[in-house]
Amino acid sequence: MNKLLVSPAPHLHSKETTKGIMRDVIIALMPSVLVSLYFAGVSAFLVLTVSVVGCVLLEHLIVKYMMKKKTTVHDLSAVVTGLILALNLPVSSPWWMVLIGCVVAIGVAKMTFGGLGHNLFNPALVARVFLLISFPVQMTNWAVTNGIFTPENPLIPGFLLGAQGQLPDALSGATPLGIIKEGLANGLTMDVLSQQHDFSYWQMLFGKINGSMGEASALAILIGFVYLLARKVIKPIIPLAIVVTVALFSGILHLIDPAHYADPLFHLLTGGVLLGAVFMATDYVTSPMSSLGMLIFGVGIGLVTMIIRIWGVYPEGVSFAILFMNAWVPLLNKIKPSPYKKEVNLG
Amino acid sequence: MAVVLYFVAQKFKIQEDPRIDQVLEVMPGANCGGCGFAGCRAFVETFINNPERTDLFCPVGGNESMQQAAQVLGREVQEQAPKIAVLRCNGSCEVRPKFNTYNGSPSCAVVADLYGGETSCSFGCLGLGDCVQACLFDALAIDPETCLPVVDEEKCTSCGACVKACPKKLMELRPKGPKNRRIYVACSNKDKGALTRKACPVGCIGCGLCIKACPFDAITLTDNLAYIDPDKCRLCRKCVAVCPTQSILEINFPQKN
Amino acid sequence: MSKTFSIGGIHPIDRKFSKDRPIEDLPVPQRVYLPMNQHLGMPSVPIVKKGDRVKVGQPVAEAAGFVSAPVHASVSGTVADVALYPDFQGKRVLTVVIETEGDEWLEGIDRTSQLKQEITTVPEETFRKIKEMGIVGLGGAAFPTHVKLTPIEGMQPEYLILNGSECEPFLTSDYRLMLEHGQEILIGAELMRRVLGTDVNGIIGIEENKPLAISAMQKIAANYLQWKVVPLKKRYPQGGEKQLIDAVLGRKVASFALPISTGAIVQNVGTAFAVYEAVQKSKPLLSNVLTVTGSGPTIQKNYRFRIGTSMRDILYSAGALDPEGNLLPQFAKLVSGGPMMGKAVVNLQAPVVKSSSALLLLTEKETKRQEPGDCIRCAKCFQACPMHLQPYLLYQLALAGRTEELEKHRVFDCIECGCCLYTCPAHIPLLDQIRLAKNASLKNKRKK
Repeated sequence: MNKLLVSPAPHLHSKETTKGIMRDVIIALMPSVLVSLYFAGVSAFLVLTVSVVGCVLLEHLIVKYMMKKKTTVHDLSAVVTGLILALNLPVSSPWWMVLIGCVVAIGVAKMTFGGLGHNLFNPALVARVFLLISFPVQMTNWAVTNGIFTPENPLIPGFLLGAQGQLPDALSGATPLGIIKEGLANGLTMDVLSQQHDFSYWQMLFGKINGSMGEASALAILIGFVYLLARKVIKPIIPLAIVVTVALFSGILHLIDPAHYADPLFHLLTGGVLLGAVFMATDYVTSPMSSLGMLIFGVGIGLVTMIIRIWGVYPEGVSFAILFMNAWVPLLNKIKPSPYKKEVNLG
Repeated sequence: MAVVLYFVAQKFKIQEDPRIDQVLEVMPGANCGGCGFAGCRAFVETFINNPERTDLFCPVGGNESMQQAAQVLGREVQEQAPKIAVLRCNGSCEVRPKFNTYNGSPSCAVVADLYGGETSCSFGCLGLGDCVQACLFDALAIDPETCLPVVDEEKCTSCGACVKACPKKLMELRPKGPKNRRIYVACSNKDKGALTRKACPVGCIGCGLCIKACPFDAITLTDNLAYIDPDKCRLCRKCVAVCPTQSILEINFPQKN
Repeated sequence: MSKTFSIGGIHPIDRKFSKDRPIEDLPVPQRVYLPMNQHLGMPSVPIVKKGDRVKVGQPVAEAAGFVSAPVHASVSGTVADVALYPDFQGKRVLTVVIETEGDEWLEGIDRTSQLKQEITTVPEETFRKIKEMGIVGLGGAAFPTHVKLTPIEGMQPEYLILNGSECEPFLTSDYRLMLEHGQEILIGAELMRRVLGTDVNGIIGIEENKPLAISAMQKIAANYLQWKVVPLKKRYPQGGEKQLIDAVLGRKVASFALPISTGAIVQNVGTAFAVYEAVQKSKPLLSNVLTVTGSGPTIQKNYRFRIGTSMRDILYSAGALDPEGNLLPQFAKLVSGGPMMGKAVVNLQAPVVKSSSALLLLTEKETKRQEPGDCIRCAKCFQACPMHLQPYLLYQLALAGRTEELEKHRVFDCIECGCCLYTCPAHIPLLDQIRLAKNASLKNKRKK
């Protein structure tokens, strides 16, 4: 006679798993990955591969040999971290720098806190900021990409470069945000800069601008966003809060003084706002649990991003903004849901 | 800045009995709660201020620490017999077969709240290790062959955490005994004999033969279950010999020939 | 536009495979086991002893106090034993066992199937009959009905809500009852409404996955001035008392408060049917309807059973047993009740009781739990909780034994619906620990 199974209720479970959610995020990242492969070819492929393999291998080794537990890499969270980390780096990143990034992301930002679900800060962003501060030259080397199919500018794979990280043949241009920061600081106005550098919103949308691999194509990120919404992986509140805040902030400034402040569309399509809003600020572990918390979180990120962009030293502020708001999440999670009512109150 | 800090430190200094720190030096400092107090500091404070309380005892440090603590204070304390945790169940998975498979959260407390368990004895050990989780001294582990927890004689400090953790109330703190020998009824089944027998072959059926055999009146029968009073037991082992179901265990005795 | 409750909830596939099976009468069993704890409150006290001869409908146990109910013999024969017998979870409870002889009913019980429409009893008499006939809530909680219908100082009932949601997947007994005995249900409901007060309004809430039941009840309710049917969105746990009141009336029951504090009393459609039989036919609660079901196509039944029939007898009639009398090997778990709140059965010989609603046969693939992982802070449990609790937090507090904080975070509001455990992608056993902490807290509170 077979023994009956006994457990407390409920006796059924939904089909969702952590692995399934991670898989959906990986699929949502694919458009951005494909865009970077298309425009940057082998270099992008190498950065992506080193990052993903590095993160997965590192997590496996740390969990199995340092924490002496069963390996956790099959939940695919290390793959997601690897992909997001890669998309945060310039296409010309040397392989050793990518690996250091993996060590910081997985080893420091994730495992020391206790592994999946326990980290306070977004691992990929911690790694990105660490690399930015430690290797500023490599991290701001934005090679102008001409795609893998044009014969005149063959791209040299990033890992063949030494510590200098210099590309002898390709042009190293600055990002649009970098251009306006420097330009405005030097007294030029927005119209002059626009004319000089030929800013094209279409290029920003489709990916032929400079920046880290994931920041290039806004359209790819938006496709990923729609997929995540359709699969009910994320709620739209955080991305919308960030985007609206950034748009409003820059819009108000632009209305006041269009010569010295770029318009909202520019701010939204350049830099890491969309990538951060869709993939990094929405990371479950490091974002708030309640809707009000998420709203405050998103608005905060938008505000800090703009403050850094306009008045800070760095041209881009999304990474810092997200990490800053990550620190507030435990406090935001203290917002108690009131019994039954839809609106929550701080308590 | 340093000057400011110095003044602030002096002004806000908490006046404390310096003896507290002196006594704490000689105590193990495990903060396990085995003494019944919230932490080692609380215990030491009470110990210093209440010399009339002879019941205060740190089970982790044992007699050695208590003697040293008393010395610091210029006092004397009575020696107490060291204790150890014992499992009042011997229904291993070989003798107590499972007739259903539990598939919920692996916690004894959840099973105990839900139903009688995987075996026919609803009083017995559930084997999921709530006691192991509760032990701060690594003194408990589930033996994979018997599916029962085993107490490590060296590591157990008789702090009582496992006693609180076991939802079936199977753990008991008993004196370790001379030469670490002790005898106890390894069963907690309160059903009538026939039912107990059906549920587990080594359970106490409440037959009372042990009571008759004991020359020291150490055994009592309540709710069909025998209990050996550890203060009266002289370790003569007569009860062990007469028990028909072998539910009385003798620990650390030499094998009889 | 169907109404629904405002927060949380999940959408499991409804799997109402047995919905087209009409109610069948099971053969009278050879033996019945009548436990004394078939309801919430004090267990009943037996008033028969071994050897007594009893007729169908004869009381065999009396209520012990106000929050209690009598138990009546569901077969005629000789009392074989009054002793401790294991229930379906193996726990031994005091049971009256009757060995069946014939099918002789007590005089005065109207056994005809003719509909008795006219209400001839005054409310006091209705109330008395409900109490004497052992009627308890048949939605699962088994709360003695007369207690619910007793007025409480300062709380005037405005609405009597009939619960026809049957929100648990697989279950179809309430649905069949509404299709086949809608008239009787409404008469029983009207009887209860009159006990509460003549200006009390009656509402029947039915989930929209039961369109035939909605139209059937609407047609019948058209003849009653004070009754109307409100269709509800298909959502679990729509049938929870607090969720139902929220959906139908838009009123929220506060923590620790009774539903009557919002002016609403909720009763199951099965209870209304039992009230009809008790008051109009003088028939005590001795039978009920349950569903035997699972995902397989062959075993789909809706049975009218005599209370106290062993589960084994019912499963045998349904064809779910192998030649040795054990459950067919493809079924790994038998659940008494629905998949979300029902209880796993350990002892097949145990009886079905007054409020048994289903015997659910689940395969290993459907029900075996997966290995839990780390909490990824996705907040799906929080979004699913219909009582707006934070299961991820309550779980950690429960593991750490932090009772005060658990109470501060309203652990007592937990209705144990199972939505949290159901949605958790990491398969963390949330409800297991929360329920444990809640029960431990309640025990402590009662001791004080």
